[in-house]
Amino acid sequence: MELNFTGTDICAVNGTRSAPEAHYGLVVVGAGPSGVAAAIEAAKAGTKVLLVDENPVSGALMGNDVPLYFGGRMTAATQNSERMLEAIFMSMPELETAMEAGVELLLGTTAWGVYRNGPGVASLPEQVVGLADAERSWLIGFDHITLATGARDLAMAFPGWNQPGVMGAAALQMLLTRYDAFAGHRILVLGSHDLAIETAIMAHARGVEVAGLVEVRDAPQASAELQAKLAETGIAIHCNTAITSAKGGMDGVEAATLSNGQEVACDTICVAIGLIPSIELVDAMHGGRSLNATRGGYVPLGEATVSAVGDCAGLADTGFDHVAYRMEWMQALTTISADDTIICQCEEVTRADLIGVQPPNYLSRPDPMCARSLDTLLQDGPANPDQIKRLTRAGMGVCQGRRCRDQVAMLLALESGKPFGSIPLASHRAPVRPLPMKIMADWNEPEAMSAAWDVWFGIPTQWVPVEDLGTQYEEDHRQMLYTGMYE
Amino acid sequence: MSGSEVVIVGGGVTGLSAGWWLARSGVKVTVLDKFIVGWEASGRNGGGASHYQSPLFDEEQRMWPQMDELLGYPTEHQKERIIIAMTERQWEQYRFVAERHHRLGHPVEVLDVKQVKEAVPLAGDNCFGGVHYKFGGHANPQRSVQAYAWALQDLGGKIVQHSPVTGFETAGGKVTAVKTATATYGCDAVVVAAGPQIPQLMAQFGIDIPLAPARAEMIITEPAPMMPIGGVDGHKLYGRQTMRGNLAYGGGPHEWIDVDATGPKDRPSTPLMRNLASRLAELLPKAAHLNIIRSWAGVIENSPDGRPIIDRLTSPDNVVVASMSGVGFGLSPASGHAIRDLVLDGACSFANIDILKLSRFDNLESDWREKRGWMPIS
Repeated sequence: MELNFTGTDICAVNGTRSAPEAHYGLVVVGAGPSGVAAAIEAAKAGTKVLLVDENPVSGALMGNDVPLYFGGRMTAATQNSERMLEAIFMSMPELETAMEAGVELLLGTTAWGVYRNGPGVASLPEQVVGLADAERSWLIGFDHITLATGARDLAMAFPGWNQPGVMGAAALQMLLTRYDAFAGHRILVLGSHDLAIETAIMAHARGVEVAGLVEVRDAPQASAELQAKLAETGIAIHCNTAITSAKGGMDGVEAATLSNGQEVACDTICVAIGLIPSIELVDAMHGGRSLNATRGGYVPLGEATVSAVGDCAGLADTGFDHVAYRMEWMQALTTISADDTIICQCEEVTRADLIGVQPPNYLSRPDPMCARSLDTLLQDGPANPDQIKRLTRAGMGVCQGRRCRDQVAMLLALESGKPFGSIPLASHRAPVRPLPMKIMADWNEPEAMSAAWDVWFGIPTQWVPVEDLGTQYEEDHRQMLYTGMYE
Repeated sequence: MSGSEVVIVGGGVTGLSAGWWLARSGVKVTVLDKFIVGWEASGRNGGGASHYQSPLFDEEQRMWPQMDELLGYPTEHQKERIIIAMTERQWEQYRFVAERHHRLGHPVEVLDVKQVKEAVPLAGDNCFGGVHYKFGGHANPQRSVQAYAWALQDLGGKIVQHSPVTGFETAGGKVTAVKTATATYGCDAVVVAAGPQIPQLMAQFGIDIPLAPARAEMIITEPAPMMPIGGVDGHKLYGRQTMRGNLAYGGGPHEWIDVDATGPKDRPSTPLMRNLASRLAELLPKAAHLNIIRSWAGVIENSPDGRPIIDRLTSPDNVVVASMSGVGFGLSPASGHAIRDLVLDGACSFANIDILKLSRFDNLESDWREKRGWMPIS
């Protein structure tokens, strides 16, 4: 066909996108204390403010350890969304203050992506945040977005961690305080830094029996003040000790075995080794972030129209090197556990398969495949968690790598003998929460997009079979499959 | 030319396959990549392998079923494809394509709604019918690119990652070496399979390769129950069910962009995910409750007619250029073979690929991108 012509590419995205449903001067994601404070301040200054919070999240999501590591230890009360909403309002009186200040509040509403024009994309009508509730998804435009998404649990693998009853400290604190919906009775806490001791004291105060704390280092890590408070409760800290395994039954954890040989009866093992600032939205929008070991991990750099507050911006800096501490735990747990310990629960990837860079069990492993490993891969270049993910599937599951991404990076650092900071951060991608297709779906697609939709680029000559060129069929193909690029 | 050295610029699926084919012929191969093998479009696509429009189709179909064994690594290749029509117009179009396959002797079966639902458990009553290609198939792009890379290493080839090519040394009408920031690789021949970076690289020889890059997007769900045939698409989507069960699909409007000499600056996804979600929920209604867990975008270079460019230049005469114009993954077992033939023998041994020659664009206007509306949004 003639290659020189003048036409329009109607299959390009230009001008076809859905417009946002509304526009706010400020959108705040996360209605914890920092988010609420930011929303109230802006509203008082006359800004039109939308405050969203994903809580209460659905029982199905909690079951997948999203957004926190709930470990299946929530009571049936969490299935009742009305009760959960009430529980949030009861526990957070400042929400009412915010609404009185003119803040529009949406609970049970997830921010699953933030989008703006920049390198590689210029087609967005404006910068938008994608929201979803239990019914639908929609887009909201904004002048400024403040991320108050808090921090999530760092999970740690040991034999038996992949059963109900192993959970994170942030999840436990949320179940105890916001929801009053913790299903456990006797907990063992891993860690002895501030987070661990605060969690133990909180649980104890709410009538949960605390069987003890476990610390890999030779002394408790928390501030003297917190240690003194814990001492008043009589709860013991086992130092120079790690967990070797969790035994369980039908309902999950029943006991933990420690490296000092002790067996501790408990129905819950609370991993309180660290929290990770929840920077999923920032990273998925390719915003700036940097590793800050004393603030808990990667933290947003902050930009003209994007800011972070609260734990999302980094944990309070007490000078404690969280990364070094986690790496010591990882080293200890790796040393005392067998190579067949599961690292990625969703995809059932063992540490041996991760370090062996082996495919999942449903694929064959011929001799050349078995001969490959992280060692051979490192000969081609430095370790990259996204490459390991492609090959092993670790981090590809429905929890979106919440439980394993940090562990994979730590293991790659240990195995390649490099500092943690040299291992690239595995990509976060929208939607930063798992969202059902029918909820995510744009059921009111603009006609312009429907008209522009083609399976590929809409280049008609691409799809004419080579045998048909120059025959009567060439024109038939163009008539039939033509989407309209050429006039 | 056995025993000689060939440098391949670009460790995407086309360059890697070419390297593997050359290594099988005893050639010493070095593949240079700017980052990690298969990191751009080669590892981000729908994994389809049913390109009946191409002169490379027969070789594509011959090779794929053998690839796991020949490479020594799993590619997750699966046979066949079912295309489901969700509108009257699609039903007309897909039956037209079926009729065309029938005419050329490719085995196809037209399915009514009941047959679609039997063959595709996630489909519903909302379709018009489908077409079952009893040929073609799909594979896992990420696993396949690494399989090519490892297989060529097993044959003695070298993969050099994190090494963008900065230029070439020439003498006597030939390229004698390929340069990166830190090294110079002497060579007897060069394959340039650097995707959207090809025009900038070839400009160093004063050769104009007409390619326009664009960004396209995909989504993936959590695993669904396994369907008997994973290669299910239609409704103007492309995609597949992975062997783990995830549904990975793309399609829809693209965005024309510009790419630096060093590659795409970024490859962001957009809220187009919502439109992909509605179409996929219509195509496979019994999967509409499944969670979407990721979305991503990739950058694809397109030639003016959408067909690949695979050609050996006349000057310098030891350079083969290969851009697959958005259909590279599935055709890779065949494109690598064709490139191997051009490098070693000067002509493709198994198909007439004249239609892929660069000279078809000799009379192309210099402002062809503007005239097609293939320009970035300003």
